Amino acid sequence: MSAVIDTHGHAHDHHGGYGGVMRWITTTNHKDIGTLYLWFSFIMFMVGGVMALAIRLELFSPGIQFFNPDLFNQFTTMHGLIMVFGAIMPAFVGFANWQIPMMIGAPDMAFARLNNWSFWLLPFAASLLVISFFTPGGAPGVGWTLYAPLTVQMGVGMDLTIFAVHLLGMSSILGSINIITTILNMRAPGMNLMRMPLFCWTWLITAYLLVAAMPVLAGAVTMSLTDRHFGTSFFNAAGGGDPVLYQHIFWFFGHPEVYIIALPAFGVVSQVIPAFSRKPLFGYASMVYATSAIAILSFIVWAHHMYTVGMPVQGQLFFMYATTLIAIPTGVKVFNWVATMWQGSLTFETPMLFAIGFLFLFTLGGFTGLVLSLVPIDIQLHDTYYVVAHFHYVMVAGALFAAFAGIYFWLPKWTGRMYDETLGKWHFWLTMIFFNITFFVQHFLGLAGMPRRIPDYPLMFESWNKVSSIGAFGFGLAQLLFLYVVLKAIRSGAKAPERPWEGADSLEWTHLPTPVPYHTFETPPVLK
Amino acid sequence: MEQGASTTTRQAHYHVPQPMPWPIMGSTALFCMALGAVFVMNASSGGWVGLAFGVMLLLYMMFRWFGDLIRESEGGKYGGWEDLSFRWGMSWFIFSEVMFFAGFFGALFWARVMSVPDLASLEHNTYLWPGFTSHWPSAGPGFEEKFSPMGAWGIPAINTLLLLSSGVTVTIAHWALKEGKRAILNLFLFFTIVLGVLFLGLQVYEYAHAYSELNLKLSTGAYGSTFFMLTGFHGFHVTCGAIMLTVIFFRCLSGHFKPDHHFAFEGVAWYWHFVDVVWLGLFIFVYWL
Repeated sequence: MSAVIDTHGHAHDHHGGYGGVMRWITTTNHKDIGTLYLWFSFIMFMVGGVMALAIRLELFSPGIQFFNPDLFNQFTTMHGLIMVFGAIMPAFVGFANWQIPMMIGAPDMAFARLNNWSFWLLPFAASLLVISFFTPGGAPGVGWTLYAPLTVQMGVGMDLTIFAVHLLGMSSILGSINIITTILNMRAPGMNLMRMPLFCWTWLITAYLLVAAMPVLAGAVTMSLTDRHFGTSFFNAAGGGDPVLYQHIFWFFGHPEVYIIALPAFGVVSQVIPAFSRKPLFGYASMVYATSAIAILSFIVWAHHMYTVGMPVQGQLFFMYATTLIAIPTGVKVFNWVATMWQGSLTFETPMLFAIGFLFLFTLGGFTGLVLSLVPIDIQLHDTYYVVAHFHYVMVAGALFAAFAGIYFWLPKWTGRMYDETLGKWHFWLTMIFFNITFFVQHFLGLAGMPRRIPDYPLMFESWNKVSSIGAFGFGLAQLLFLYVVLKAIRSGAKAPERPWEGADSLEWTHLPTPVPYHTFETPPVLK
Repeated sequence: MEQGASTTTRQAHYHVPQPMPWPIMGSTALFCMALGAVFVMNASSGGWVGLAFGVMLLLYMMFRWFGDLIRESEGGKYGGWEDLSFRWGMSWFIFSEVMFFAGFFGALFWARVMSVPDLASLEHNTYLWPGFTSHWPSAGPGFEEKFSPMGAWGIPAINTLLLLSSGVTVTIAHWALKEGKRAILNLFLFFTIVLGVLFLGLQVYEYAHAYSELNLKLSTGAYGSTFFMLTGFHGFHVTCGAIMLTVIFFRCLSGHFKPDHHFAFEGVAWYWHFVDVVWLGLFIFVYWL
């Protein structure tokens, strides 16, 4: 323990001169910034969730009930943008901020001030997105992919969204440079790359993907902006450009983005499953290689989002084969998680429940992804609810479940207080059941041919839509229970023991007291 | 890759900085710039005020933030460990810039190799754009006016020479810095800035020439779009690089940097080489071929 005794002697209130709200605005402490990221992410999760419920409310019955089609489109667009850039990505950057320095034995992130800026760009970007609802013409109703030429036809809200994407991209790039540098340069002596907890590995590779992909998105929306206002013809066929060009550039970013969201989730699950199986992670090295393989493949599969836009059959075949290849490293991962549990001494606390829920449902989402990767099938299913079901299995049951697992797993370490295990289990089961009620039936709707992003539908789709909408509201309410569980733990939770999970063995559990002090590892830990 | 874990040269403490107000000021500035730009582009009044305020606030913020860093650096707060972080950070930042340009080069290749030939294909010729033939430079089938493309062997060739020479002069300056020859350092850093500014001046002249004599504009179809956006973003990066060079020039005049401790100089030099390499890509694919 000697390595962690805080040399300042006033660990819990050492905030460098600023108090009150200015502490949070000016902070350079990775734990403060991690907390900011996580709370911001939760608020955005609620905002995006309300939009999702508005969508499901409208789809409860055929016909136009509550929202005109234009507003419906704005909800689907903003729901996607806010959930991807406002909720899921910041949640995992929050985990990265809290965990990476502690897991590698570093005193803080490599660029602590830049870290502050990475976070504080986000609320401003989110404000631009929300403001767009109140401009003439409202928020853009083009879908989160912001396809040309729809983007050219939108109003002022589109410009606000474009600048919001610039700020979000800047935040991601700065944050990722910070994470890469921290992992490469801040590890404690003896913490070799292949000794790092897998969570750090997945973030190292995620950050690489972000640095490579986000500038391309910035370029794409910049071209949309100049096409809108400065007379360029990037996406205008009359000028020699091409709307399909936008899709290529967007998905060159967009497919790595899928793994940007998924890989940190893999990282969290790879910490949680070994801890509750009381066994080391099975096949650590193969996990590292599989993660790297996914990262490389992610840059050569983007056009599987575009099979129907018109592409030579050779192109379709290339992207189909490349896409199906991804099943191999992903399969390695699923195999390793299962093999970690094999003959383990398993217990099923809430983090483990969410991790196992992740394992089942993410695998299901992976299988539907495999189905969609096949050109002949995808041409039938493109832009149907089957696709919606597929990516919600990956985004919600994949990324979000992993984030919940991470919160329940590390909350005792961060706050020094335990969450209510019974309520946590309630949260898991409600989330699990309502998630499947919401999204499993959407596979049926998609296979039956219901198109996505349309506020109305024929009568024959009514029953499953009703089921899905009921599930969505149940899912939403269950997340209020999550908020209650977290607040209850922080305010009045039972004191957490020094090692709440005896199977967890990374540095933050073995070398730091509970709760962790404000500054940790100012002197690097001594590793055996 | 293993520096972080090496036990031999490791200093005891990493410099973890105190809280500071500059990041939130930077975010506020960018927010004002975004809102101001949206107002300007949609012809609402008052946009210029927001934009100008945002830009000034951003410049002030950068002035103060970099000022803090320079004071810390000259005050001896940074050792080899922090230095390595700066190196990683700058390298990855430049990589992100490379990817930004890659997106625009991708658009250029798409227009030249895919969309323009496709618009001249048999079915498009029959049903949509009769008589359109595939050629480059092209402003597309819907563009009526005549325009002349920018030739490669006038100003662009001179500009290539200027930028490549500036890459040499900045390297000589770096060599002089490492040898402790401050007069040569200052002189060649000054040459580098002059070459950069000359480049920008010729670029401005070229743009004026394009608009007034060649009828080549930003709105001249795919060719105008890719030409001005690629060279424009490059010119913007050269401007930033020239400002960065000017900052370190004044720092050199004030006696900053030591032969073994001058990351700011190297970071700027790397950035300068990066804009140089991007220019070579531009010269080959935008002007020449």
